[in-house]
Amino acid sequence: MSLRILRPGLLTTVQDLGRFGYQQDGIIVSGAADAVALRVANLLVGNEENAAGLEITLLGPAISFETDQLIALTGAHLSPTINGQPVGQHRTIWVVAGATLAFGAAVAGCRAYLAVAGGVAVPLVLGSRATYLRAGFGGLHGRALRAGDELPIGEASDASATLQQALVRQGTAWAQARWTPGPDLCPTPRRSPFVRALRGPEYEQFSAKSQQAFWRESFTITAEADRMGYRLQGPKLERIEETELLSSAVTFGTVQVPAGGQPIALLADHQTTGGYPRLAQVISADFSVLAQAAPGQRLRFQEVSLPEAQALYLAQERQVQALRRGIAAVFGN
Amino acid sequence: MSFALPPPAESPLPVRLFPLGDAAVALEFGTGIGAATHRAIAAFSAYLARHPFVGLREVVPAFTTLTVYYDPWLLSENGQHPPYERVAALLQKMLPAARESVAAAYSVVEIPVCYGGDFGPDLAFVAAHTGLRPDEVIALHSAPEYLVHMIGFAPGFPYLGGLDVRLATPRRPQPRALVPAGAVGIAGPQTGIYSLPTPGGWQLIGRTPLRLFNPEWSAPGRLRAGQHLRFVPISAEEFRNLL
Repeated sequence: MSLRILRPGLLTTVQDLGRFGYQQDGIIVSGAADAVALRVANLLVGNEENAAGLEITLLGPAISFETDQLIALTGAHLSPTINGQPVGQHRTIWVVAGATLAFGAAVAGCRAYLAVAGGVAVPLVLGSRATYLRAGFGGLHGRALRAGDELPIGEASDASATLQQALVRQGTAWAQARWTPGPDLCPTPRRSPFVRALRGPEYEQFSAKSQQAFWRESFTITAEADRMGYRLQGPKLERIEETELLSSAVTFGTVQVPAGGQPIALLADHQTTGGYPRLAQVISADFSVLAQAAPGQRLRFQEVSLPEAQALYLAQERQVQALRRGIAAVFGN
Repeated sequence: MSFALPPPAESPLPVRLFPLGDAAVALEFGTGIGAATHRAIAAFSAYLARHPFVGLREVVPAFTTLTVYYDPWLLSENGQHPPYERVAALLQKMLPAARESVAAAYSVVEIPVCYGGDFGPDLAFVAAHTGLRPDEVIALHSAPEYLVHMIGFAPGFPYLGGLDVRLATPRRPQPRALVPAGAVGIAGPQTGIYSLPTPGGWQLIGRTPLRLFNPEWSAPGRLRAGQHLRFVPISAEEFRNLL
């Protein structure tokens, strides 16, 4: 069981939900930038939420399947096709051996996710299959996928088999389920979205003018935007006093401001620690919104309180869990 | 050689808790780099390792803070309680007991370093900047016992305390495009070891043949926060033998 990369696309990597427990060794978490999208894709093919899939960036790859396979696509809308025919997102899809999945124009969002029943079965490194590009480990040989790569696929679950039975048709190259999860779990990424955020640990060190500008003005995502973080361009943000800070933890969604006054929003491949003042912190429930914003788009930050942020996160978790229970109830296990 | 650190004699420092987003909380044990602050962080980190709570994801020690990552869902007991209040209360309750906790045993790791030449292309610059001879730079750099305050920046990269102030040298105006793994450098009042080949602007005075990091090791980093290390000068021949 395997899939073959015919064309790699702009940046296609193997990701799961990340590598936890080693940040104290300087090892970043990595994992899917839009974790909710990967979790939903996995559930749709009967996998554990943490199974490894492919993160596909803006310009998608071409992939052929060596055996019949159950797949799902979530996240960014990158005009997916199977054997040239448009195929839906956010639903279980059955493809026969030899079919080719390809992508076209980026309609919305920045990162799409492909889950395959059984998961991408590259070796676990420090408990995760996520690709750590800079350190060169995890995923497939620690790097982005290239043409000719062959990725092993793990053994599918009983739920995958039941999901597949509902779709298999003789004489067609593929078939897709008619049902999809609710709209909250498969949003169409918006251009220039609002991103909700908390005040960061060093918020009070910024001038009142800069604090106001941060919440009121918009920031453009520059070309210097990758899985590590987005350099943003907007009004200059200044601290009252330019003191040196001692390095401390930074995390997904931390908005830090180097001396130049232009903020950086960190993503999945963020460093474990940093020494720049942390002006704000994007809330967990909006990590997907941040991860789906592409270079050239504008972001606006909207302040929320910590209790609101945690309530929003719990609500999102409840939805993912409801999807998991729903699939288990209908398709078993 | 190993013995337990004596408990800090001074009265416990007040600890400030603050959120880092909605899934982490930072405990600040002091406001500047210092031995008491470092011991308190190490002790709390060791205590949490022995008494993990449900929903604890991981901890990140730094100079003055220990950041505790948690799973808000598990802390909320399936959505019943506000997670931050619960985790903050839990950690507050642990603080007194953790103060009594003994941090990891004292240990000194020896790091062999070949100084100068191709191994340390900036040794001459550091000597010129500090007004010392190259052999004096080497002697001053390999004399102290450094404390590993934290690991960060890259896998296995140690932030060290204890550089002789006479060796302080500013970073290079233009960073090198590629610094090899094992390069030992100075940046302002800091010294450190590059654990991976990366771009970097530190003044390179030597290089160790030891690997600091390997994802295939069960503990992937050679060094951890709280350890001590000493640089031991070696020859180019010894360097090659140790590779």
